[in-house]
Amino acid sequence: MHPAPSVIIFTTFSGLGFGLLFFLGLGQPAVTGLVAFVFYAIAFGLAVGGLLASTFHLGHPERAWKAFSQWRSSWLSREGVCAVAALVAMGLFAFGAVFLHSHWTLLGWIGALLSLATVFTTSMIYTQLKTIPRWNMNLTPAMFLSFSLAGGALLSGAEALAPWLLIVAGAVQLAYWTRGDAALDGSGTNLATATGLGSRGTVRAFEPPHTGTNYLLREFVHVVGRKHAQRLRVISFGLAFALPLLLILIPVTGVVVKHIFALFAVLSHLAGILVSRWLFFAQAEHVVGLYYGKR
Amino acid sequence: MTQLPQSTERKMGLVIDLDTCVGCHACVISCKGWNTENYGAPLSDQDAYGANPSGTFLNRVHSYEVQPDDGPAQLIHFPKSCLHCEDAPCVTVCPTGASYKRVEDGIVLVNESDCIGCGLCAWSCPYGAREMDMAEGVMKKCTLCVDRIYNENLPEVDRVPSCVRTCPAGARHFGDLGDPDSDVSKLVAERGGMDLMPEMGTKPVNKYLPPRPKDQVEDQIDILAPLLAPVADEPKGFLGWLDKTLEKL
Repeated sequence: MHPAPSVIIFTTFSGLGFGLLFFLGLGQPAVTGLVAFVFYAIAFGLAVGGLLASTFHLGHPERAWKAFSQWRSSWLSREGVCAVAALVAMGLFAFGAVFLHSHWTLLGWIGALLSLATVFTTSMIYTQLKTIPRWNMNLTPAMFLSFSLAGGALLSGAEALAPWLLIVAGAVQLAYWTRGDAALDGSGTNLATATGLGSRGTVRAFEPPHTGTNYLLREFVHVVGRKHAQRLRVISFGLAFALPLLLILIPVTGVVVKHIFALFAVLSHLAGILVSRWLFFAQAEHVVGLYYGKR
Repeated sequence: MTQLPQSTERKMGLVIDLDTCVGCHACVISCKGWNTENYGAPLSDQDAYGANPSGTFLNRVHSYEVQPDDGPAQLIHFPKSCLHCEDAPCVTVCPTGASYKRVEDGIVLVNESDCIGCGLCAWSCPYGAREMDMAEGVMKKCTLCVDRIYNENLPEVDRVPSCVRTCPAGARHFGDLGDPDSDVSKLVAERGGMDLMPEMGTKPVNKYLPPRPKDQVEDQIDILAPLLAPVADEPKGFLGWLDKTLEKL
């Protein structure tokens, strides 16, 4: 799949933002006033910024509002509905925390669950696609949710939980890569089933429909950079999970040093997740590539 | 609405004969011609006369080589367009309701004024039947020439999809695949019509007729062959001299 910067930025940043909103909604940390303002500004900046980025790749962004209508069948529509609901609930909760110094616990819980539901619906947009076996696995929502929770824990300074969530997210990432590498071959779809000619012999794509490229090849058969995949996986794993874990577990004295370490942990995690998300798209093989003798 | 209808009154679709298709791409050209001038936004081209031309097509013809375990390889031309699936994933993923399947005839269409160009329907289609138009920013797909098949301004003979009307080999057939007594259904039953990627669960309406087995070349090409004298045996003249001289060396 073509790793469009807009979707990589969208899924990474909004995942992190909604992860932070989840913890804030649960009152972790139970901040009020100016400190709360800073926390919520970061969370909303990430979540809303990501959502806005997702509209950049649309052919007609001005019609994006129509995407709220088909929540009965479409995960993309459900995501839009969930995102707005989560932002409204957490916006009200943030108003209480920042200006009224009060935490409306029930609203916070609702907002937290809606934030998590948004991340889940995002993941389901990809998971539902049978055409991309590498995405069509239970591990895809597990990965989006565990990344969001780990990132949210890091950003919210949940010291007790963050190391465990990072370990879980790292484990899910490794499992996703391992199972994903065998997904297309294990899906049972190949050029033989694509053409229905498999029973007659070995099928080979002899001549493509045209000499140039087309939308399908640009969008679905992205092979640039795949050769670096293993190296990028090591970089991604190190930055997203190993280094942040190290940075938050090193015993340091002094609030300032501790916060600087935490900042680096967050930035490293973010960079690692961006690489991981690039791989998520760039390595995904769409079955339409089979018709062109490619994967 | 992007929910699929429980059932459709008819299942209009194409039957494509892989035995007959000669790979001339006439269906591709006639499809582009008709559909760029009629229903919906035109099918644009980018850099059409430049170094990297590309464009929107609703129908493309691939060619595959099939190598059996024994016997010679076979070349099969393979036209591919929207299969108007009964369980069309491109319809249910659409967030705006732009993509829909018609109850009356099962045709899958895009309402271009509702399409936001998110591309998710193309992602969900295993067959590559949907292409984003780069000029218009909306998704284009085969309409089964919905503006021809019911068009009373056209002579009756032309009330079939443009690709079917054009095919010089008669490799494309159009009709109601939901009616077991229709010509296309009979053709599918007789020739063992098949689905593409049945494991995807899309239940395509369009069917493909597999190529018939090739004539086998027996030991003897023709019963008269042994009676025919070889055309050339020994070279004469200059070539004969050259042949003998080279052999002596």
